[in-house]
Amino acid sequence: MNLGPHADFIVAAYAVAAFVVAALIAWVVLDHAAQRRIIGDLEERGVTRRARRKE
Amino acid sequence: MDEGGGQKLRSFPRKRESRAVSSPASKELGPRFRGDERVIEASIMTAFTALLLRDIRLSLRIGGGALMGALFFLIVVTLMPFAIGPDLNLLARIGPAILWLGALLASLLALDRLFAMDQDDGSLDLLMMGRMPLELAVLAKALAHWITTGLPLVIVAPVLGLMLNVELRAMGWVTLTLLAGTPALTFIGLVGAALSVALRRGGLLLPVLTLPLTVPVLIFGVAAANAAIVGPAPFGPPFTILCALSLASLVLGPIAAAAALRHGLE
Amino acid sequence: MAVIDLANPTRFLALVNRVLPWLVAATALVFAIGLYRAAYAPDDYQQGATVKIMFLHVPAAWLGMMGWVIMSAAALGTLVWRHPLADVAGKAAAPIGAAFTLICLITGALWGRPTWGTYWVWDARLTSVLILFLLYLGVMALYWTAEEPGRGARAAAILTLVGAVNIPIIKFSVDWWNTLHQPASIVRLGGATVDVSILVPLLIMAGAFTLLFITLHLAAMRNEILRRRVRTMRLLQAQTLSEART
Repeated sequence: MNLGPHADFIVAAYAVAAFVVAALIAWVVLDHAAQRRIIGDLEERGVTRRARRKE
Repeated sequence: MDEGGGQKLRSFPRKRESRAVSSPASKELGPRFRGDERVIEASIMTAFTALLLRDIRLSLRIGGGALMGALFFLIVVTLMPFAIGPDLNLLARIGPAILWLGALLASLLALDRLFAMDQDDGSLDLLMMGRMPLELAVLAKALAHWITTGLPLVIVAPVLGLMLNVELRAMGWVTLTLLAGTPALTFIGLVGAALSVALRRGGLLLPVLTLPLTVPVLIFGVAAANAAIVGPAPFGPPFTILCALSLASLVLGPIAAAAALRHGLE
Repeated sequence: MAVIDLANPTRFLALVNRVLPWLVAATALVFAIGLYRAAYAPDDYQQGATVKIMFLHVPAAWLGMMGWVIMSAAALGTLVWRHPLADVAGKAAAPIGAAFTLICLITGALWGRPTWGTYWVWDARLTSVLILFLLYLGVMALYWTAEEPGRGARAAAILTLVGAVNIPIIKFSVDWWNTLHQPASIVRLGGATVDVSILVPLLIMAGAFTLLFITLHLAAMRNEILRRRVRTMRLLQAQTLSEART
């Protein structure tokens, strides 16, 4: 695979795209972990959702 | 401020009177009476004009922002040569663009007052509970806003055009494009104003939401002005599209703004 | 499981938990195939190897626009049916759509430098995508400003629909503006038919980007549902605390 004279730009484009996608994935994963942790904390302290109590 | 408040109090009972005449009639007599709907229609029109006049009066009084927009416009246009340089040929070439940009920014300036003051003193709640469709009430307020802030911009534009070395004959065309295009700016901004009032803390939000939507108005406004001055493209197509944008936003703006108020303030 | 069951957030969460691993695997697989095919796609006779940037740029543009379509559908769900899941879908789609639009803009600039000789030209397509990006930022700012999720969702839904009406008008006016000010030196793309050897990797990459969007969207919706749960739990906690004190 020969990228020709403009290899820098091609590599940079793929790197930027990879970076943005990685940032999105990191946001989703870290956010999920954080929410789970907070919910775990709250449940430990005996806070429940009203909806669950009714079931 | 006091005077303004008094004005509000004075104008409201008048509107309510007209409403009071029609509302019991429509409720009790129902659709059996043919004249009934016409009575409601007429009373809505009185309410519409009452609201329009009230808003115009309020913004002309102390504390209203009617002439601030024109003043801001003057200052923005004055600043431009300091940034660009006093080259009269260059100023003449980009004069229409400067005037359009200045008008765009100036019409944004007073927009956040459109609903915020009525929300503060509770008259917005009255409007929402009233018999007049909220879309019409919003339209009346927007028209009043355009008359008190958009129209002064159009009127001072020729003077500022002279300072930018735009030819006198060409200035007429630029003013015409502003006259046709500034209503679109007001009615697009209306949606942003309603959204930011519904969220209660939207002062800075308003330009961020509104400015991208005004791109077509800016494009066709400047294009029509340039076509009239330097050509070679004909004046007709961009100008008619500009009018179409104004008319479309006249219909869609109040509907979206009323929806935003209803959903936000319930 | 009927479609109506999905309307229940708890059931929706269960479904997402079940589907998500498969979606992640599928996305990774299709991306691997797409990147492989893109790497060995022949060079364009005019642009040489820089055509490889297209495999990122064009799918990102498609997904950037599809994000707004998804948000508009969710906005209808919010305003007409008042469905909380539609709020969640709209809110979760905004940053993802904005990110894809950003990828489209940056790769476009990096593609423009070798082909056009400059990073940015006020080309009709780039300019419309830039305005789309600004609209995304506006919607995100609206969500960010709202103190209460329901109210923010309704406001954002109205803005999304206003944007949906406006985006074709903006696109049309930018095209019109661009033909008026057409710079002479631009090499136009898309005029000629695209060769199969380039089209196939492009379509595979488009599929991969679509899968990535769906995966991220579902995961972000799950996070948003959990965030709202946290909010209700905290409100409940505050309520019980204040009741206990009195």
